[in-house]
Amino acid sequence: MSVRTFLKNLLVSSETEAAVDKIPKPVGSFGYDPWGYNTEVVKIAMSVMRPIYEDYFRVEAFGLEHIPEKGRLLIIANHSGQLPFDGSLVSYAMATNPHNPRAIRVMVERWFPTIPFVGNLFNEMGAVLGDPINCAKMLRNDEAIIVFPEGVRGSGKTWDKRYKLQRFGLGFMHLAITENTPIIPVGIVGCEETMPTPFHLKRLARLFGMPYFPVTTPIPLPAKVRLYFGEPMTFAGPITGEDDVAVKVEQVKDEINKLIQRGLQERSGWFE
Amino acid sequence: MIHKHKPEVLVTGAGGSLAQYVINELKKDYHVVLVDFRRRVQMDEGMSSYRVEYSKRGFEDIFRKHKIEAVIHLGRMGLYESTHRNRYNHNVLGTQRLLDLAHKYAVKKVVVLSTYYVYGASPYNPALLTEEAPLKASELTMDLVDSVELENLANIYLWKYPELNITILRPCNIAGPGVLNSLSLLLSSKMAPVLMGFSPMMQFIHVEDAAHAIVLAFKQNKPGIYNVATDDWVSYQEAATQCGCRRMPIPSIPEGLPRMISKRMNWKGWPAYLVNYYKYPVIIDGGLFNKTFGFKPQRSLDDIFSYYREKKEMGIL
Repeated sequence: MSVRTFLKNLLVSSETEAAVDKIPKPVGSFGYDPWGYNTEVVKIAMSVMRPIYEDYFRVEAFGLEHIPEKGRLLIIANHSGQLPFDGSLVSYAMATNPHNPRAIRVMVERWFPTIPFVGNLFNEMGAVLGDPINCAKMLRNDEAIIVFPEGVRGSGKTWDKRYKLQRFGLGFMHLAITENTPIIPVGIVGCEETMPTPFHLKRLARLFGMPYFPVTTPIPLPAKVRLYFGEPMTFAGPITGEDDVAVKVEQVKDEINKLIQRGLQERSGWFE
Repeated sequence: MIHKHKPEVLVTGAGGSLAQYVINELKKDYHVVLVDFRRRVQMDEGMSSYRVEYSKRGFEDIFRKHKIEAVIHLGRMGLYESTHRNRYNHNVLGTQRLLDLAHKYAVKKVVVLSTYYVYGASPYNPALLTEEAPLKASELTMDLVDSVELENLANIYLWKYPELNITILRPCNIAGPGVLNSLSLLLSSKMAPVLMGFSPMMQFIHVEDAAHAIVLAFKQNKPGIYNVATDDWVSYQEAATQCGCRRMPIPSIPEGLPRMISKRMNWKGWPAYLVNYYKYPVIIDGGLFNKTFGFKPQRSLDDIFSYYREKKEMGIL
């Protein structure tokens, strides 16, 4: 018996199996797509994520009805929490969306494919190399892709910058316009409190070749996480210049900011 | 003689399994002239067959003797067959001679079989590479220089002599009955080396489908460069298991270790210079070919894998 079959038998419930089977995701005869997504591995990953999503972070997702049933889609969200939990939580929320479940693709750093086991596992769970060609091809394939335009500026934020959106990269807007793709803005509230970080150790980060080395809690704190999915935004071309793109990016940023503020007002505490 | 009325087509590498399928599809409507550098190929009665090196003077005699109207160039020295210098001489310089003769004798159509290896296996490869993607194989190893050079050469002739109507095909892994490329050798073996922590996505096309694609490209004559692949994907380790191979884990770090092991073990199916192809994916987009030529593969991945599995179970492989 292979490790995959063993884990599947051990972890995957019939509910999870049915939930993944409900996701309209075209795959080949062995359950793979061209980027390495594998239905069986996704079932295992979702089974592992389920207690983390439901019991540990007690995630509440709002506005999932805005997710279209099919077609290309860019999910643009704020990034925080030192570790990429926010991406996993948004993915889980979309995969189990009672309205229109969707498989979501996460873009990963370029060094991930070179790491034994990790790169492969991430691919099988739906992550792909963060390359503009890859992203454009996936959109043409009618995939839903999550992008954190703040990048490491967002995930590595220190405590004093919590819920302050950092500079957004412009790449996602170029893709949205050229590939004629709607954007769903997402405000994530709660991940900032999972790993509060007063400061970074820059020398250690340089030594290990890491983007940052946070001084933080040894494990993520069980802060309650709220995900706010906004209404689809569409942007028409042609692109007249980078300033024009930056203005459009600011519109998305404003929308995400509104969703975050709504979440902060609605919650009564970190763990409530 | 009946064949006098049929157009004459020269097929190189006629002894190979792929060529045999191509010839069988063509023989009804064409007089096929068989050429192979390894041996004189015996097929149906009435077919002209020659054993000749493309770079030798005698090769031109075939063009003098026959009114060759089209060339299907499948004859390549395989990656494991000789040194990279010999392969360069045969595959690149031999192809140059073939194209020069085709031009000299006013051949109207040339189909050149290339390979997806020309794209190179890199961790930074996006999936579904189109024909415009850079050819990075020669960055990785000198052993693949001949594949890239052969393509470059065909490209130069495609631009310089448009009347040759050159079509270059870059198929994914061709597998199935009789195929003797390195991957087919690997899938035929009982043990398949796998790099620990890596199982790249792969594409396979059944030899019959690959042959049909070549015949379509030949008959429809739409010059250009085309990837040829199926719309189905599988990880390497899954493919090996499906073919009935037992996986043999090879340490993937430090980086040079798997190559060293391969060289020491002299694995023809898993040669050192192809190690990266068992580490990182090279997934090509065959959409342009499918659309241009109306191609739809008939054989599934399972058809390919069950061939190797069943032959092993029967003790034939």
